[in-house]
Order: sequence, then structure tokens, then C-alpha cells
Amino acid sequence: MNAPAYNFAYLDEQTKRMIRRAILKAIAIPGYQVPFASREMPMPYGWGTGGVQVTAAILGPTDVLKVIDQGSDDTTNAISIRKFFAKTAGVATTTATDDATVIQTRHRIPETALNESQVLVYQVPIPEPLRFLEPRETETRRMHALAEYGLMHVKLYEDIARFGHIATAYAYPVKVNARYVMDPSPTPKFDNPKMDNCPAPQLFGAGREKRIYAIPPYTKVVSLDFEDHPFEPYRFNAPCALCGAEDSYLDEIVTDDKGSRMFVCSDTDYCEGRQAAGHHGSLSAAPYKEKAHG
Amino acid sequence: MTTIAELPPGFADKVLSAQSTFRSVMDAMARPGSVQRIVPGAGTPDTMMRGTAAIALTLFDHDTPLWLDSRMAESPDLVKWLKFHTGAPVMQDSSIASFALIGDGAALPPLERFALGTSEYPDRSTTVILQVESLEAGRPFELRGPGIDGATTLQASIKPFDLFERLHLNEALFPRGIDVVLVADDAVVAIPRTTRVVSKGS
Repeated sequence: MNAPAYNFAYLDEQTKRMIRRAILKAIAIPGYQVPFASREMPMPYGWGTGGVQVTAAILGPTDVLKVIDQGSDDTTNAISIRKFFAKTAGVATTTATDDATVIQTRHRIPETALNESQVLVYQVPIPEPLRFLEPRETETRRMHALAEYGLMHVKLYEDIARFGHIATAYAYPVKVNARYVMDPSPTPKFDNPKMDNCPAPQLFGAGREKRIYAIPPYTKVVSLDFEDHPFEPYRFNAPCALCGAEDSYLDEIVTDDKGSRMFVCSDTDYCEGRQAAGHHGSLSAAPYKEKAHG
Repeated sequence: MTTIAELPPGFADKVLSAQSTFRSVMDAMARPGSVQRIVPGAGTPDTMMRGTAAIALTLFDHDTPLWLDSRMAESPDLVKWLKFHTGAPVMQDSSIASFALIGDGAALPPLERFALGTSEYPDRSTTVILQVESLEAGRPFELRGPGIDGATTLQASIKPFDLFERLHLNEALFPRGIDVVLVADDAVVAIPRTTRVVSKGS
């Protein structure tokens, strides 16, 4: 045998034990960032090395894996990670949210509601919500220890003073279980309400920054706001051009150099599911139009 | 004197057995009060239960100092088994242990003697693995907290009888605290530091 042989799901067992212990502590202390000895992975930082390590530590042979990148199952990052685990762990993969038991995500939460048999794994670039307000790790750690989060409210207030509303649109800070302020990773704030009281456990892995944190199922997750400026999820005021959905998060796609644009669901599985169920949008593909005219 | 060849075996399949055991423990920790089953079998030295042995093989290694209560520590076979299969160092000082194995709950030392973590690093705390009589029958305990949809009832026969009273220290200390894993044969229930006992019958 000259072929390179990898352990199941790539990581060695000692590494998995270390990550597993970190995950258990992360679940026990919701929203707290547990340091872990992040390994180099066969992909660059920024491609989900943290999420991949968490997935590798929890994945079993009977799991069905779904990977999304900005809601899409079909981008390079999502396909690479899916193939990585299909090859190193031999697990079944899927693009259907309902069929998956482990969903690794980059910057979106699926539109389809998650259930108790699933685990959501987030890829996180900067786990520390206070990092851009206070660069010193020793200080942010103390701020978390003392639950001293006034600075974050000042930041949101400065948004209001400057723009008239809270202009933070993604990585919108949340408070978990009324204790830790946490970065939900750069998901659009549209997704924040889905984190609250979610039936599935949510695990967050930051590879370069070497942190793992978690939200257990059925845990209170509150987006920070003010009484007179309550949190509001943002969504483009349009239906999806392909499936007509009015409740999904939309991507804006520029279609020419004259200012034309279309809005489509960022969650490709949700959009395809709706189209298969017979929903149509204003720009649905030709077969639909032919049928409509014929 | 048991030789290494006579020690009870570890997992038949190290990789997949550890994965399956971990998922049971993770589910237990994520859903406090729910009873999870540990499927893979391993040898059980002396008084160690199946679930405890599987958890040891899954989570312990040279990075995790252990503390054993006297019931566990007085069995040379058990100590030898842990050393051979996990390589985890057994400490006399419970305040620096990553895990504590409790075979005789009635003699559980005060929880303050274990590592409670610090305010900056609350994760540096002892996980107490407590072998109990039953996680199916016994006194009902009503639990609330993260991971629980409203409230859940755990029926268990646990020593020490005042375990949940003692765990009130988690409320005062949070985010510092002690996470407890209860084991009865192959059944596992986790009580992380966020779980609160609301009421209990007799």
C-alpha cells in the first residue's frame, strides 16, 4: 500500500479528543470561546479550517453531510469541503437541508427550519465580537469575565448617531443565555432570529483564531439593541426572481452594465425546492415560460 | 498482580467507537437531563461501568489529569487499565483535575475541591463523572436551562442524595462551575453548569 492513508475524517485521534473536550466545555458554557489547539488543515485559513475541524471531530459514518457557502451548495468552498469529507470519511453528502444530520455553513443559516436530529457547524473568521473595539486579547477576555459589554452598545449607538439606525448588517452581536456577547460569524442579521431557541445545537469553529464556541439547543439568543431602536432583520424588499419567495434572504445579482439587477434566494436548496414545488418568479427559466405560453 | 495482557480490552474499533461515544456524550451535554445510550463496548476494569469506561477511552489522554475517588483509586487493576489505555496522569490534587471519576457517590468530596475554572477561563474546570445506581427509576428531578425545551424530568437514583443542592454553587459562580456526567451502566445524563433544578418530588 503506497496510497496515502488518512484516519477517518482526516484528523488523528489525539486531535479529535482535544477538540471533543473543547466542544463539551463550549456547550456547557454557552457563548464562551474555548481556546483549542487548532491544527493546520489541507486548506488555507479563511476556507473554513475551524468548521472543518469541528465537523471532523463530530462526524460519524452514518452522518449525512451538507455544506453551504453563503447559502449555496454549489460554490467552490462548499463543494471542496463536501468532497473532502466524502473522501476522508466516506460519509453520504446531500444538498437537501432536511436530509442532512450535520450541516457545515459559511455565513448563512438555512431557510428550512432545523430539527433536533441535526447539528449546525459554523465557519468563523473572527470569533471575538469585541476585537475591533479592543485589540488586546487580555482586555477582551477580562471584559467577557466581567460581562462588561458597554463598549458594544456604544458602537451600536454610534451607528444610530451617524446613520439614524443600527447600520450593522452582518456579524450582528448577540447575547447568549443572558450572559456572553457572541459573534454569530458573518451571517446576515436576517439570520439572527433563527439562532434563538433553535432545536439543533450550533457549534462554531475558528481555525486561525483557535476558538470553539457553541449554543446548545433551546437557548435564548438575543440580538443587542435599544428600546427605542429595536433589532430589525434586514431583507431586500423584493420577491425571489426565480421562486417568488418573499420570506427568504436574497442575494442581489447585477445582470448588465446598465443598472439591471435581479434578487434571488441565497439559500439554493430552499429556492430549488420551491421551484420544484411549482413556485415561479419573474425571471424563471425558459421551460416555465414556454409552458406558460404554450 | 495483573499483567498488561490480562487487562480488560479497550475499544475494538478505536476510531468509530470513540466517535459514537462522543456523540452520545455531546447529545447528553447539549440536552441536559436526557438519557443517552453508549453503544460501543469496551472492557470494564473492576467497578468501572461500561459507560464510564467508554467515556474514559474517548476523552482521556496525556493532556487530561485525572482524580479518582478512593473506591476507584483502591483498585490497582482499574488504575493500571486507565494508565495503559489512556495514558492520563492520575493526580492526588483534585483542584487541577480535568476529569474526576467517582465510584462511590456517597463519598463525593465538596465540589469546591475540584477545579472551578477562572472568570477569564471558565472552561478550565473539572468534569465530574459520577457513577450512579439508576437513570431510569428513582426520585424525579425537574430541570430547566439551556438545551432544555421548557422543562424536563429526570428520574434517577443518585448518591449523594443532595447532589442537586450541592450544584447550586454553579448558579452563584457562573460562568465558573462544575459540569457533571452521570453514568449508570450504558446510560449517560449530563448536568452542565447551566442546568437548574426547579422542583423535585419525593
